[in-house]
Amino acid sequence: MKFREITKKTNIDFIGMRNKMFILSAVLVLTGLFGFVMVALGKANLSVDFTGGTELQLRFDQPTSIGALRSALTSGGIEDVQIQEVAGKNDFFLKTKLMNTGTEKEKVQDKISAIISRAMPGKGFQVLGSNMVGSSVGKTLKQHAIIAIALSLLGIIIYIAWRFNFVFGVAATIATFHDVLALLGIFFVLHREMNILFITALLTIAGYSLTDTVVVFDRIRENMAKMKSKTDFGKVINGSINEVLSRTLITSLTVLLVIAALLVLGGHVLLDFSFALFIGVMVGTYSSIFVASPLIYLWRTRS
Amino acid sequence: MLKSLKFRAVLILVFLFISIVYLVPNAVELEGAWKKYFPSDKIHLGLDLKGGMHLLLSLDTNRLMDNMLDRKFNQLKDGMIREGIRFVGLDKRADRIEVVIKAEQREKFYNLVGKELPDLKVIESKTEGDNLTLGLSYSEKEVLNLKDNAVHQALETIRNRVDQFGVSEPVIVQQGESNILVQLPGIKDPERALELIGKTAQLEFKLVDEENAAKAGTGVIPEGDEQLMMKSRNRDTSVTTTTPILVKKQTLLTGDMLTDARVRIGGEFHNEPYVALEFNSEGSRIFDRITGENVGKRIAIILDNTVYSAPVVRERISGGKASITGGFTSDEAKDLAIVLRAGALPAPVNVIQNITIGPTLGQDSIRKGVQAAILGGLLVIVFMIYYYRASGIVADIALFLNLIYLLGAFTALRATMTLPGIAGIILTIGMGVDTNVLIFERIREELRLGKTVRAAVDGGYSKAWVTIFDAHITTLITTFILFIFGTGPIKGFAVTLAIGIIINLFTAVFGSKTIFDWILARYKPRSLSI
Repeated sequence: MKFREITKKTNIDFIGMRNKMFILSAVLVLTGLFGFVMVALGKANLSVDFTGGTELQLRFDQPTSIGALRSALTSGGIEDVQIQEVAGKNDFFLKTKLMNTGTEKEKVQDKISAIISRAMPGKGFQVLGSNMVGSSVGKTLKQHAIIAIALSLLGIIIYIAWRFNFVFGVAATIATFHDVLALLGIFFVLHREMNILFITALLTIAGYSLTDTVVVFDRIRENMAKMKSKTDFGKVINGSINEVLSRTLITSLTVLLVIAALLVLGGHVLLDFSFALFIGVMVGTYSSIFVASPLIYLWRTRS
Repeated sequence: MLKSLKFRAVLILVFLFISIVYLVPNAVELEGAWKKYFPSDKIHLGLDLKGGMHLLLSLDTNRLMDNMLDRKFNQLKDGMIREGIRFVGLDKRADRIEVVIKAEQREKFYNLVGKELPDLKVIESKTEGDNLTLGLSYSEKEVLNLKDNAVHQALETIRNRVDQFGVSEPVIVQQGESNILVQLPGIKDPERALELIGKTAQLEFKLVDEENAAKAGTGVIPEGDEQLMMKSRNRDTSVTTTTPILVKKQTLLTGDMLTDARVRIGGEFHNEPYVALEFNSEGSRIFDRITGENVGKRIAIILDNTVYSAPVVRERISGGKASITGGFTSDEAKDLAIVLRAGALPAPVNVIQNITIGPTLGQDSIRKGVQAAILGGLLVIVFMIYYYRASGIVADIALFLNLIYLLGAFTALRATMTLPGIAGIILTIGMGVDTNVLIFERIREELRLGKTVRAAVDGGYSKAWVTIFDAHITTLITTFILFIFGTGPIKGFAVTLAIGIIINLFTAVFGSKTIFDWILARYKPRSLSI
């Protein structure tokens, strides 16, 4: 029978490449840790959800679309802005990270007014109000998120330790962590804005990476049962990864296809979100092969 | 039984039918008799996708300072009596307490204030003869501190109330110095929500002034009394009337000491809903004492300066239980119980803005996102058919079932859909695709080994199942933990993902396998288009 195939039967020595790939992984993780520290210090590009900022209420004389308003603000250099329209009126709420500071002479309100009158000439508008807003992500949310993540990791280790063994559980957890940190690091280096959606993207990627790792592990477990002696453990892992390679590629490609559509057509607000998912899926696929599997190889062959 | 093709087909169709029934109200506006046969709930969309009620509340800080000074006033008065400091005059003004004492007792008075009321400062002092007039108030720093605390307390209280009201994914943030912004998605009854959030819910118990009862409403208010309005509803006509009533100014007990408030129905209250209260140990002791001291008298139960009932105390009440009646509807009683449980606001709030607002993501982004998602979905469908040919169609049917089940379950469970939720759906669809890819790749492996179509399909499914099960359960564990500990967006993500994973597992066992089995049984093909 003939199948349509993305790869013919492969025989790549993944385990042999482990040292080169560990360097790459280490770079990704270190960048991520650095990014994490910067986030904790408040020096990363956090969105208004986390930092708080200024909220303005604008009223236009004629109907205006959100899209037009957004591009007007973008043309004036204000990119990270949340726009909400008020039902039944030509009113808009703008939320930006900009704050009125004592040293800055220009107030946020004046700055935004100037930009809009320049970019949308002839449209009469007035600023109805300007307010400082606090962060919408409370302290408890942060604390709870940390507890939730710690417990989830514990849950994963316990389940995988039960179904596979302890080493697999730890390796899967490390690979998941690797992906989350890598994504954080890449976002930090590229100076992309981190908002609530980014947190969601991190969770999504953690879930995707975990599934991907379990699939590879499952094949390793299956082949280990057939394995005769401990010496060819590297071969077993290589064989297993090669066997599931076409599945790994097909799944990743399909998911990337959806995300690519979101990336290209999703518009400004979803851009960073889909970008995070796009990078994340690739990193998640990479880590099952080049982080999780070599880790169990190292652990097994050392002891 | 699971092997029976008929049984599995029926199960799939039953679930499909139920999902579609739940989804119908989302697609068409039902009218007349149809309404009876279909559920009325649509998928709730969160603030980010749909927008909702936008309330800007301002904490009445003047009233707050007034309340705070009130407390200090009573403390000061008690302290002076205890220490034997004679006061020529003692008065509470808008922003200060004014006290007139004899100049020789100055030292003693300062000691008292320094020891017991350290947050009060003397802001004015004036000597007239041997009388010393002092103005006492909070220092500016203390005022800021008090206001800040009050706003935080109000935020916490409102958050509790909204949570207990059952609105998921609200936004509740401080805005400016003393304003609170509340955004609620999908509110059907905005007035009720406003009532619930904006109520101060200051519960007080005060003694009714029986001796001067006749003076109520005449405009003459005896010393030490205050006049409040008492609300009562005629049970037969449902007409609410208010009558003036005189009560003693002194507060016997407040709602701070409540541990619980629940709606109860019936008993001696004519099958009407009422709110049963439970006090903590200190509250119980006080309640025990005041009922013991006032047998035969009436105690007014006052909520936000309106008397709801003023029952006669028949006997001493121990055990810390009381109830509020007042001819409530069941919704009113429920909301009242919520606000009493969640606690009182530190001061009344004024509604500055009450409008309906569009989605936080912006209507433009949502439209683009939906278009992108549809295109993405089409790409997946086409790709599956290209790569797996006829079997790709089977996979697409399974994915379609997945999506319908997921949306149906979403509506039925009344979950709130937000963008993080949609991210959960994307991940679920991804896992659904993966499930099919895993199975098909396994079937191909079996076919390569030269097995028959029947054996390859069975072998492929049973081998892939182990993988699919472990991968799904691992993710499911994390969603449970995220659901329990997560708040806001994290919870929304966890809910969709959990529902999605369970449905995925169901369709992995029953969905495509049933279609394959049916084709194999019916046509007995020699080769498989996969």
